[in-house]
Amino acid sequence: MTNAISVSGLCKSFGRTRALDGLELTVRTGEVHGFLGPNGAGKSTTIRVLLGLLRADAGTARLLDGDPWRDTAELHRRLAYVPGDVTLWPNLSGGEVIDLLGRLRGGLDQKRRASLLERFDLDPTKKGRTYSKGNRQKVALVAALASDVELLILDEPTSGLDPLMEAVFRECIAEERDNGRTVLLSSHILAEVEALCDRVSIIRAGRTVDTGTLSELRHLTRTAIAADLAQPPTGLAGLAGVHDLVAEDSRVRFTVDNERLDAVLRHLTTFGVRSLTSQPPTLEELFLRHYSEELV
Amino acid sequence: MTSFTGTGALARLALRLDRVRLPAWVLVIGLTPAATAAQYKKLYPDEHTIQQVAGVITNPSLVALNGPLFAPTLGGLTAWKIGMTEFVLAALMSLLTVVRHTRAEEETGRLELVRAGVVGRYAPLTAALLVTGLANLACAVLVALGLVGTGLPVTGSVAFGVAVGLVGLVFAAVAAAAAQLTDSARSAVAIASAVLGAAYLLRAVGDTGPTWLTWLSPIGWAMRVRAFAGERWWPLGVAVAGVAVLTVVAYTLVGRRDLGAGLLPQRHGPAQASPGLRSPLALAWRLHRGLLIGWLIGMALSGAVLGGAAGAIGDAIGANPQITDLMARLGGGRKALVDAYLAAVFGIVGLVAAVYTVQATLRLRAEEAGGRVEPLLATPVGRIRWAASHLVVALLGTTVLLAVAGSAGGLGYGLQIHDVGGQTPRLLAAALVQLPAAWVLAGLGAALFGLAPRLAAGLTWAGLGACLLLFEVGAMLGLSRWLVDASPFAHVPKLPGAAVTATPLLALTAITVALIVAGLAGFRSRDLG
Repeated sequence: MTNAISVSGLCKSFGRTRALDGLELTVRTGEVHGFLGPNGAGKSTTIRVLLGLLRADAGTARLLDGDPWRDTAELHRRLAYVPGDVTLWPNLSGGEVIDLLGRLRGGLDQKRRASLLERFDLDPTKKGRTYSKGNRQKVALVAALASDVELLILDEPTSGLDPLMEAVFRECIAEERDNGRTVLLSSHILAEVEALCDRVSIIRAGRTVDTGTLSELRHLTRTAIAADLAQPPTGLAGLAGVHDLVAEDSRVRFTVDNERLDAVLRHLTTFGVRSLTSQPPTLEELFLRHYSEELV
Repeated sequence: MTSFTGTGALARLALRLDRVRLPAWVLVIGLTPAATAAQYKKLYPDEHTIQQVAGVITNPSLVALNGPLFAPTLGGLTAWKIGMTEFVLAALMSLLTVVRHTRAEEETGRLELVRAGVVGRYAPLTAALLVTGLANLACAVLVALGLVGTGLPVTGSVAFGVAVGLVGLVFAAVAAAAAQLTDSARSAVAIASAVLGAAYLLRAVGDTGPTWLTWLSPIGWAMRVRAFAGERWWPLGVAVAGVAVLTVVAYTLVGRRDLGAGLLPQRHGPAQASPGLRSPLALAWRLHRGLLIGWLIGMALSGAVLGGAAGAIGDAIGANPQITDLMARLGGGRKALVDAYLAAVFGIVGLVAAVYTVQATLRLRAEEAGGRVEPLLATPVGRIRWAASHLVVALLGTTVLLAVAGSAGGLGYGLQIHDVGGQTPRLLAAALVQLPAAWVLAGLGAALFGLAPRLAAGLTWAGLGACLLLFEVGAMLGLSRWLVDASPFAHVPKLPGAAVTATPLLALTAITVALIVAGLAGFRSRDLG
């Protein structure tokens, strides 16, 4: 399997601010790749480097087997981009912007344009300055999705959309994936990432902190356990892999590293288990841990 | 009074945001009259020389350009020479400042954030008017103090300063009303500027023909204060009344409309782009179209009026043996005087056209800073092709503007002396010869855009401002030759009348090309944003 995007050791500074600090990112052809990180982590900077809008200070970036800085025009024929903060020309209508961007990219599918306008419930006759944030985003989305391209680069494309439109967006991306397109999706909406992405990369302060499929990432995290025991337990706090322990008489709550789950449960049963609930880590917890962790 | 809550805080914010811009305006407006007076004092040290100059100023073309000379004194001469420049500058400062702190804030959405705080409905407009009023007050005080400082009478100095400040206030009020009409800052500036243009034209036509037209113009009111020529104060009352009426209109409109909305209805656009809208150049044309058409109308009108005024010069000379005599001694006669007037007029036309050149060129930076270039450059459109599209419109637009001004001037003058066929090509040449100089400013803008994008707007406007100042007062201030020569406009042959040499025109064009190439090279290798 080839890679649509491969970035390694990417560095970029703006003055004294180090926006990217050895970032790694690999997006395989045909996958939907989630690109996650807290605000200011460097997601948009990475995307701008990939689009040839910024020049990297160090590291390599390959996009569709080309150099994003040198082969800009040829590469851009094969991709479409939706910025996170869409600004439109105030006196051009949405329809005009969609047509213009499509034509510059080498033409767009009129049938798909019409059906996308309907699905996204977008009025193409309104002028750019009168659209709301969500509607501006829809203009950019329709322009991108109606183009016949190999790669979609989407920078928080749904941050202004309502839940209904968000659902339409998910359908569209699922269709794109089924059609064999590659998607790089930067997002904060975890349900969206969970529903759409084959693999994710999590970045923080310009570095990749984790990458893999969602189940791979989950594997490294903890399960929350709450148990009511026949007698107050002993020695639990000393067990490897047990965290956040709260014990009140015979009731205990704690989290446990998934690879220690078996040993800890065996230990619990020695005190007689009356009831037990276990919760797998939610995606939120996964991200919260990555986002808030101090970098070593 | 809760509608005004927060005015003080917003006024302080506006002062903070404009801490460089406004003082710069105030200093230029405040100090230019004193500099002019000081120079005139050196040039015309006695009664006799002043009388001689005053005789020349009676000719209608100069009256159309700068207004009538009310008194043949040093003060009268200074007020005549610099009055129009001062009024127009004060008006521009005021209308730009008011729109910047009202409609522009609203259009970008920043005002929404502000108004959601403890801020009354009228606070933003009031703050903008307060700050602009303060700037005009500072201008008036500086102007008056400066003139008194050069030894001119106190009454006249105060009258002139107050007149400058009041013109500023009138246009602050005009802009306040215009900002309520449309929902875009660009259109609000365009409306207020159109009012300024009309005020100038009404005064120009009124001063040379039907006098009552002058009284329709705020600039006319300020002129009729007759600083240094038996001051009359009541025209200032007319200006104050004008400010009051326009301010009431603006406040009434603010009280009735929604945030973000204008009074003029927002029209819908086409659902599909026209087949032609398929290249960066087509987009650039679409974006520049409105501005260029507005300029074309203004240039055609100004060209016709200024050309027409040249016809009247001939008549005035016939009736004035003093000038005929003077011109004969200078070795030209009637035709030479008219040519000198036309050459001076087209020198100004060239500088004014360069204002458009700079506006159009800086659109590059505005598009980039506004984030609208990113989606374009994410398509196969290359950077150079995109930048070139705007530069082509700026360069060709300037060409068309000058061609129209020259043709309209030829028509206006030719009709007066029954020689349209002969005068049109002459004045067309006089206008087009300015083109290479105006282009240099496009080159400057492009170079700065490529190499120092954040400074591009400020420095390019400063460059044009320097050209204007050098043109207005450069020779008069006795500045050293090389400084005067720094303006590209100093190298333009003075057509009609002078001989044309290709060298300076080619050199200016070569400089433009070099600057553009440097700018594009810089733009290609820099970060976007």
